[in-house]
Amino acid sequence: MRIRVCTAGLAGLIATAAILLLAGANSSALKAQQGPAASTEVKIDNFSFGPAAITVAAGTTVTWTNRDDIPHTVVSDDKVFKSKVLDTDEKFSYTFAKPGTYPYFCSVHPKMTGKVIVQ
Amino acid sequence: MADKTKDEILYDHNHDGIDRRGFLKCMAWAGTGTLCVMQGGVLKSFALNRPSDSGAAVAKGELSFVQISDSHMGFNKPANPDVAATLQAAVDKINGLATPPEFLLHTGDVSHLSRAEQFDNVDQILKSTGKQTFFVPGEHDVLDDDGKQFRERYGKGSKGAGWYSFDQKGVHFVGLVNVMNLKAGGLGSLGHDQLEWLEDDVKHLKSSTPIVVFAHIPLWTVYPEWGWGTDDSAQALGYLKKFGSVTVLNGHIHQIMQKVEGNVTFHTAASTAFPQPEPGKAPSPGPMTVPADQLRSYLGITNVNYVQGHHALAVVDSKLG
Repeated sequence: MRIRVCTAGLAGLIATAAILLLAGANSSALKAQQGPAASTEVKIDNFSFGPAAITVAAGTTVTWTNRDDIPHTVVSDDKVFKSKVLDTDEKFSYTFAKPGTYPYFCSVHPKMTGKVIVQ
Repeated sequence: MADKTKDEILYDHNHDGIDRRGFLKCMAWAGTGTLCVMQGGVLKSFALNRPSDSGAAVAKGELSFVQISDSHMGFNKPANPDVAATLQAAVDKINGLATPPEFLLHTGDVSHLSRAEQFDNVDQILKSTGKQTFFVPGEHDVLDDDGKQFRERYGKGSKGAGWYSFDQKGVHFVGLVNVMNLKAGGLGSLGHDQLEWLEDDVKHLKSSTPIVVFAHIPLWTVYPEWGWGTDDSAQALGYLKKFGSVTVLNGHIHQIMQKVEGNVTFHTAASTAFPQPEPGKAPSPGPMTVPADQLRSYLGITNVNYVQGHHALAVVDSKLG
């Protein structure tokens, strides 16, 4: 009896550990997805920037693509960068050399805001 | 479209014997093309599609003009693949009015992308009215060049970012620009220089002078979540507090809304290009696609009549179809 319980308990422990490991692996995978290599794209759609906040390594080039049916712009709050007007499917890229936080907005629709965190 | 006659007034500030509730009820039918005119202190209504009636009515007014807005020349997405055709339809409607307007006001977003050929196209279409159009820019008109092109075309004699005023038949018109230097997370903005100019511009006018202010983004807070308002409009309206009749004409939101607050009547015009959703009824304020055969019923022009000696201007909206 005791052995069975122990086995069951051990199996439970192993199962739990396995689940935790998988979860850990998943979140690492997610982190990798959000890491510098993949999060250099920002999509503009439905009057919003997606993702609204991204974190990149210094030296990364970020590209914004307008998928909305209305033109938008990408303008740094602190005048660090400023796109021309982007109609549907047009893009703007900027390379972030220095670490820091770079809030930006659409100068045509100023309620649209986003930020790039450069590490 | 939004029927805003629920924003009724409870007080008759102008003491002109008109029950404002009655006036607003009259304007409830305005969507189908009804002309409401004050004559000798009595409100009369005439259907716009009965030329003889409306002709007689308007003849008694001293001044009539038309507001159009948001032509977005150059827009070609599903919400309206042919904005030139709908602008032409608006012009046909203007040309068909029994009493022609003295002039037109365009409350901005003339073009969709601030391109020269888009402005040219609008000018070409409006030419057939044979009337002068007074413009103020929308945010789509000042892209990439801070409005330089717009001012060269439409801003002769204007100050700063393109504000100006003029008088017609005893009515003082003020064109304001609230689409420049917008701040992240903010609304429309008039800015210090323009507000100083406005204070000075109206300072010496008699309080009985009717005032018409026109600007692109609404000067009252329609829906801040979508940027439908102006950060510093309260200061501007403060300078106009002494006047017995103030009419504020705006565009930007592509739908008709009206609000009366004391002596100030706020009115936003429909677009001649495409409709936008009512506040909060969609995830974002972008172009709203409606069945093709219904599009023109969401677009329109605004006819404004002034009868000297009466405080309130009669504002009438009519659809394109």
